[in-house]
Amino acid sequence: MSVLDPFVELLRGLGTTFKMMLEKPVTYQYPEQKREVRPRFRGRHVLKRYEDGLEKCIGCSLCAAACPADAIFVEASENTDEKRFSPGERYASTYEINMLRCIYCGYCEDACPTEAIVLGDNYELSFYDRRSAIYTKESLLEPVPTVDMTTPRKVEAGVFTRSVPEMKDPQD
Amino acid sequence: MLSDWTLWLEWFIKSVIVILALLTGFAYLTWYERRALARIQARIGPNRAGPQGLLQPIADAVKLIFKEELTPAKADKVLFFWAPVVTMVPSIILAAVIPWGTSFTMFGREIQLHLADINVGVLYVMSIASIAVYGIVLAGWSSNNKYAMLGGLRSSAQMISYELTLGLSFVTSIILANSMRLRDIVDAQAGMWFAVVQPVGALIFWIATLAEVNRAPFDMPEAEQELTAGYHSEYSGMKFALFFMAEYQKMIVICMIAATLYFGGYREFGFLKDTIFSVDYTWALGSWQITNWFLGPIYLFLKVVVLLFGMIWVRASWPRVRYDRLMAFGWKILLPLSLAIAFITAAGILLSDLYDNRLYFWAIPVLSILAGLFTVAMIYRELRRKAYERA
Repeated sequence: MSVLDPFVELLRGLGTTFKMMLEKPVTYQYPEQKREVRPRFRGRHVLKRYEDGLEKCIGCSLCAAACPADAIFVEASENTDEKRFSPGERYASTYEINMLRCIYCGYCEDACPTEAIVLGDNYELSFYDRRSAIYTKESLLEPVPTVDMTTPRKVEAGVFTRSVPEMKDPQD
Repeated sequence: MLSDWTLWLEWFIKSVIVILALLTGFAYLTWYERRALARIQARIGPNRAGPQGLLQPIADAVKLIFKEELTPAKADKVLFFWAPVVTMVPSIILAAVIPWGTSFTMFGREIQLHLADINVGVLYVMSIASIAVYGIVLAGWSSNNKYAMLGGLRSSAQMISYELTLGLSFVTSIILANSMRLRDIVDAQAGMWFAVVQPVGALIFWIATLAEVNRAPFDMPEAEQELTAGYHSEYSGMKFALFFMAEYQKMIVICMIAATLYFGGYREFGFLKDTIFSVDYTWALGSWQITNWFLGPIYLFLKVVVLLFGMIWVRASWPRVRYDRLMAFGWKILLPLSLAIAFITAAGILLSDLYDNRLYFWAIPVLSILAGLFTVAMIYRELRRKAYERA
């Protein structure tokens, strides 16, 4: 402490801000330069497929039941070996998420018995009207691994009998 | 003489230049301030509209023009309309007396780079600067809004308090130059800026101008945490833009005045005297004689940019002072100090003239710095005493 403190402290304040000027700005130039999202980021949902291209979703509606915002609507139909969408008996013929209702809590992800619905890393959602805020199955489903693995497809009878696969504990 | 139409033409052109310079200056000062503040806060600032964000002021202006203008139902309509105008006009006409260069010859007539070379320029500056407060008070009153009213009142009280200090720092400069004509004041600083002779005076002037243009840390009239936006709470659209313009133009003009009174105005830096960078240097190219008149506006511009950066820097660094402390600082610290500074300057000039001894002249900076240090020590004592009482 010295007698000149009232003056010196003011100058020190100026010095601090001037030093800040020489630092690199922390800004991300957003649309051109995007920041990687965190590993557990919860963005727009994705409906996953197995490696053989079949859909993971079996239309059980547990996600819709878990949804606190009532944003998910699922309607299930029967699989046949002629037109197979997913392993097991049933598949989701309609799968809709209203993105205006969704609160991105991730409960649907937790509820899913087949890890079919996953919250992805896309956060750039915008719509011109309410109707287009409802994402349908076509827009949610991830693309097939290779072109010949489309659903529905004709499979051998008696191969895909188990709707929920053998699972390990989830890894993140 | 007044029937000389070329004189009218000259005045007209020079007025247009001054007004245009101030308007573009205002536009780019907002950009400058936003960029500088952003850099201090480790951001980038507006850089989208045009290269480096240079078209941002135009985008802002377009936005403001298309905004809806609201008039409160219980407002005093006439005053509410005229208050922005009353604020805006003084901030422009203030620039009329400021010289921005020497003179040059064109079409056989000498053209002074100066709009109105009146012999009481400093007085004119003082009076016009004080008129601007009317606009703010009227805006606050006619809005019929508590916050606006308080902002207007604060502004008037603050301006009256700091005007004394401002006037006394004008006096210091006037005594040193022995003239109230701004061109004489600038010419008297040909060898050495008054900021060197009277550093404390320059500092006090600087503080008082911050209060005069309602800039941080003295921006109490528009303290948004307490008064939403102060006197312009109820204004929107172009009327708000006028207040905004007035504030920023006053910043520019007051920086021009500060440059004129203490930092050599349009003149070169003291050590560049008698070199080719001097505004008085004459190029003799055969029969052509060209003086360096064009350097005047450039030097003034550079000084204004630096001084404006000071204002922005201060805004980014220091918190707003509390209102009672603002008043106490103005009346109990700045006013006595500026009185002492004016006295020391006057005594130094008088004694050095009387005894023809430059030693007395150089006693001015020494004594005034001592007075400044004494003031700081007194502030320290007071702060210690208050801290002790609180504990």
